[in-house]
Amino acid sequence: MFNGFSTLKTQGMHFLTSSNWQAVVSDSGQIDPKASHFGIAAMLVGTMLVAVIAVVIGVPISVGAAIYLTFYAPEAIKKIMVSAIDLMAAFPSVLFGLWGFFVLEASGEYWAKLLSKYFSWIPFFKLPAPYVTRSPFIAGLVLAVMIIPIVTSISREIFSQTPLDRMQAAYALGGTRFAMLRAVAFPYARSGIVGGIMLGLGRAMGETVAVYTVLNIVYQVNWHILFSAGGNVASMILLKFGEASPYEIKALMAAGLVLFILTLIVNSLANLIVSRTGKSGR
Amino acid sequence: MSTIEKVPTPSPRKPWAATPIDRAKTAGILAAAIVVSVIVLALTPLSGKLAFAAVFFVAYLIIDFAVSFAKAGRAAAVDSVFRGLVTTAIAIAVMPIISILVTVWIRGHHGLHWTLFTMDMHSNSFTDPVGQGGLLHAIIGTFLLVIVAMIISVPIGILTALYLTEVRGRFTRPIEFLVQAMSGVPSIVAGLFIYAAILIPFTKTVNGIQGSLALAILMIPTVARTSQEVLKLIPEDLREAGVALGGTQWRSVALVVVPAARSGLITAMILGVARVAGETAPILLLTGGSGTKNFNVFSGSLGSLPNYVWQAFSAGTPESITRAWAGILVLLVIVVILFTAARILGNRKVGKK
Repeated sequence: MFNGFSTLKTQGMHFLTSSNWQAVVSDSGQIDPKASHFGIAAMLVGTMLVAVIAVVIGVPISVGAAIYLTFYAPEAIKKIMVSAIDLMAAFPSVLFGLWGFFVLEASGEYWAKLLSKYFSWIPFFKLPAPYVTRSPFIAGLVLAVMIIPIVTSISREIFSQTPLDRMQAAYALGGTRFAMLRAVAFPYARSGIVGGIMLGLGRAMGETVAVYTVLNIVYQVNWHILFSAGGNVASMILLKFGEASPYEIKALMAAGLVLFILTLIVNSLANLIVSRTGKSGR
Repeated sequence: MSTIEKVPTPSPRKPWAATPIDRAKTAGILAAAIVVSVIVLALTPLSGKLAFAAVFFVAYLIIDFAVSFAKAGRAAAVDSVFRGLVTTAIAIAVMPIISILVTVWIRGHHGLHWTLFTMDMHSNSFTDPVGQGGLLHAIIGTFLLVIVAMIISVPIGILTALYLTEVRGRFTRPIEFLVQAMSGVPSIVAGLFIYAAILIPFTKTVNGIQGSLALAILMIPTVARTSQEVLKLIPEDLREAGVALGGTQWRSVALVVVPAARSGLITAMILGVARVAGETAPILLLTGGSGTKNFNVFSGSLGSLPNYVWQAFSAGTPESITRAWAGILVLLVIVVILFTAARILGNRKVGKK
């Protein structure tokens, strides 16, 4: 990581705010550090965009699934589903990449077309050109599938700690199950679930291979989530690594450093929030 | 001695269980929703399985709400709709798992041949017909990488967990925090770190041990956290008994606590292995991907399953894609076996020898 600092120094704040990635080779065949520009703004925006899409899609599903598993499921179904979801957390990321590329891409395109047809008045869903394959939306879908197991198991853990006496009190007052959840379980688990969501966000930001296979990486800040252009710091590192010169590798190290700091902040916050759960609430 | 008169035990009753009338009602709502969605699909330009699922979902919720509202009022209706929502959520959450398993089997089993496990790729390319060449080198490589990573990370992980639960020294809080933060490190960052710390200054070339080191970085937090959870479950009595018998802390930990937690610690180890066995990004940076068998982790490019899948996928022809799916299938089977083993061991009661 030390190597990354030198690039950060020479490129300064430009590294975070510009979205050029150009290694200029001078006459002697050496890379000219003055003329070369490295910026990861597009990749940073893309990373956040894809991760947020993943969270927006994945979290309602995971929290709903956790509620079902904790409060509704019969014992036998619960056991099977819990092991299935835990198993999914251990699937290799390259598998998600291939599955996303060959299977999810098709149905993702269908949804993307529907969304752009009926919701193009929302700026995010506008399509500058009719290309919807390999868009941030589909990468977000794949990441949503990848974070579902984590968020589900953390939420389940937290919901299962709901104090039994409060639950029984809610039922004894004549509440339905939904009333109990709203009055007891949600307030109790709220902060813990926020933490779980942030852990999912951290994982979605650092994912490399799966995003690389399904996303069309373009060096341009793109806010149109359905359009076939996006970015991701981790995938960019992988993409550029094979062909990179030593100086460029230093720039990639710097990108890795930024990613590391970003995920570290998100994860530390998440862990802090999760460990505080249960002290709040009614 | 009088004989005890046998009183027939009353059969247990569950007043909250679903009655036949309830079941009939649910079935009726489901049937009505199906009918409605078929009609909607026939009348509107919507078509396809997805549209059907979406319409069915909305129709079910509306009908369910109406029926419950008519029967028991608003609170019950909301409750029943919420039940429908969370059931849908779990169905959606489980769908990708089934889809992934089915896809891997359907696309991968064409690529399964005996040669897969007896040959390597040194005289074949990925675009050759599927029967030629295999992934023996990749299986060997993955096993070597994982075993070396295990040798490095398991002692560190378990000792960390012991420090956190048994020693409870001054650095417990910061170390706990560090372990938790490390468990979120993106795999590519671990790869880059080893690249910057070892490959650039020292080796300047790819080899297996670098990959193992990167995997160890990813594995240590998993092992440490799971071991910590297991060690927390060991009853305090055992530790106190060990100390009461005059043992030092070292002896009571080594001879009482660790043996009692043995199966749990093995589970932690296996979960760590399952976590890293399919890790791709650091492998792509650090180990290279040779097609020949290489038993030496310290020198030479080392092929591995994720790398094989990646190369085959990148080659892009139908044959190579089939190879990629077959490789994924093998990798998935390894992960599932490891995971099931961890489950079986973990379900045993902690503290039993």
